[in-house]
This record gives sequence, C-alpha cells and structure tokens, in this order.
Amino acid sequence: MLGAGAGVATLAGTLALGAWRSRGRSPDPARAGDSPLPLPISAMGWELTDHRSRPVSAQDWLGRPAMIFFGFTWCPDVCPTTLMDIADWLEDLGSDADRLTVALITVDPERDTPEVLANYVELFDPRIVGLTGSAGQIARAAQDFRVRYEKVPREDGDYTMNHTAGVFLFHADGRFASIIDFHEDRAFALPKLRRILT
Amino acid sequence: MRPIPLALPFILFAAAASAEDCPSWQIGDLTITDAWSRATIGTNRPAVFYAEILNAGPEDDALVAISTPVADMPMLHETVVRDGVASMPHAMSVPVPAGGSASLEPGGFHGMLMGLNAALAEDESFPLTMTFEKAGEVTIDVGITAMNGRGPTCRIDGS
Repeated sequence: MLGAGAGVATLAGTLALGAWRSRGRSPDPARAGDSPLPLPISAMGWELTDHRSRPVSAQDWLGRPAMIFFGFTWCPDVCPTTLMDIADWLEDLGSDADRLTVALITVDPERDTPEVLANYVELFDPRIVGLTGSAGQIARAAQDFRVRYEKVPREDGDYTMNHTAGVFLFHADGRFASIIDFHEDRAFALPKLRRILT
Repeated sequence: MRPIPLALPFILFAAAASAEDCPSWQIGDLTITDAWSRATIGTNRPAVFYAEILNAGPEDDALVAISTPVADMPMLHETVVRDGVASMPHAMSVPVPAGGSASLEPGGFHGMLMGLNAALAEDESFPLTMTFEKAGEVTIDVGITAMNGRGPTCRIDGS
C-alpha cells in the first residue's frame, strides 16, 4: 500500500514539478491539488515539544517571522546540508536573525526524542529549535504545513524517511510567505528571508 | 608502460594540486580528489562519503561500489527531490563520462555508510575502496570534517 502510494505520488510529482517551475512561486489555486501551501500559522493547531522538553504550540509563534524545516537527525545528506544553509543565512542576517523563530520539526519522532534533537540542532546554530512529539502530533503538524513524509524500510531492518525538503517562511502575523527549495539557487534565499523580517 | 596517455592525468593532477593542496589518487585515466566525510554522533546514524572523480580517458566509466572497514553496509545513494519531497534511492552506479567528471556531493550522489563500526571523529581519516566498472579498484583516504562541515578540509582555506 505504501509502495503504490509512493508510485502515484512520484508520478503526480513529476507532472506537478514541470507546471510549478514555469509558474513560479505565487500562490496559485490550480497548484493546490498537487502541492498545497501551508496554512497560515494562526490557523494551525499543532502542539509539539521542543528540544528542551518544553511544550510549544503554533499560536506561540505568532508575532515573530518564522523559518521552518521538516527533517530528521538520522538523515545523512539533505538535513545537515539544509541546517548548514540555515546556519549560514542566520549568520549573514546578523542580529536581525534574532527576531526569527527557526525550527526543525522531526518526521522521525520514534528516534528523535528531545534529547537527541538537542545534541543535533545545537551543532548548527543555538537559535535553531528542534521539535518532536507523538506520531499523531507530528502528523498534525505535517498536515498544517501540507508536508508529506513516509517511512522507507531498508533491507537491514533499519529505515529512512522521505520528506518534504523545502524551508517554509512565514510573516510575523503568521501568513505564509514563501518556500526556499532544496535545490534553489542560494542567492534567492537571503532576499526571501529579508522580506519576512521587514 | 603508457608514457603518452599518462601525460594528461598528470596535467589534471597538477591543476588540482595548485588550486588547493587536496590529496588525489589515480587509477587508469581516473583521478579521485576532494574525498571527505563528516564526523558522526555515535555509530547509529549513517555517515556520508563525498568526492570528485575526473575521467581524462576516452572511455566512459562508472563508480559501481564502495567498501570501507569503518562501515558494514556502504552504499551509493542519490538525493532526489521530486515535488518538494526528498528521497535517497540506492544508486546502482555513478556515471563518470569520458573527458568529464562526476561529483559525490551534498544534495546529489553520495556514499552512505551504514552500520558504522566506530564513530567518525573530526580530523581523522579512514580508508575507502572505490570500484569502477572499467578502471578497477582504488583505495583512497577520506578526511573527516566537523559534523557541520561543508566541504573537504583541504579546501576550507580556499572558501
């Protein structure tokens, strides 16, 4: 069932990607079926636990611009690369970056406990918050962000995760602003970030 | 044995060495350079392996396998992002075109070292054997950067 779902998603994804490339980033109702945009934070209902074991809800984020990424700490390539990019952007933004909420929401709550997240996110930048929760809480957060993820079993009994890799940006009032795509030219990232800081 | 064909790889080697002092390894017409990995937290999480492969020869080749004493299950993978979703399918081989190059790099092809026998520590290195379809096997030394490393330690000064 998982395999069939992934096949369909891959096919739909290939078609959607072509259409999306030519259309750019603006919210587009025609795109919503394939790759819907995240809800505004004010309409989100998730409740998670941060890497210091404190409860955090979507509503706590209102009032500050936010940069959010879904990943997991067992991820060898995409997640460290993205977190290093985020750390670089924070450095480039200087003290303005202190006004941002920056968070990694794990898609692998089974392994990513608050303690595991604490060891990991602090390697990159102390301003990055790691968030985890129960499987149901993570599913709710993913739904609010319209993020997709799936567990992929490996031959040796271990598993990895496929997951939405973009970095989501939100204005201080919670409105969704833009996505920094994983393979996007890094030159576009900082202007997008500055836009949510103004 | 083959004095004339050897001249070209030598020039490439010289160019790489003058750009930065990165070690490189030769096998046939192939040059491997910029080999690096990141330190790991313990042994549970998979480590990565990145490198540059230059092919100065007239024949296409391909990296078909990697092996290393530090990991029981090293595999070639490719990060693919489709419709915003990242996955890491197993790569059967990494093509190294004639007169061209191949990169194992963040966000693209990479070696995934699963079943680590020991944590990888910053500033240390480990041997890794690369098997090419035509050129055969070459064992290289992979430098380990910090956990938040962005590239091989031999390039850090340059960037």
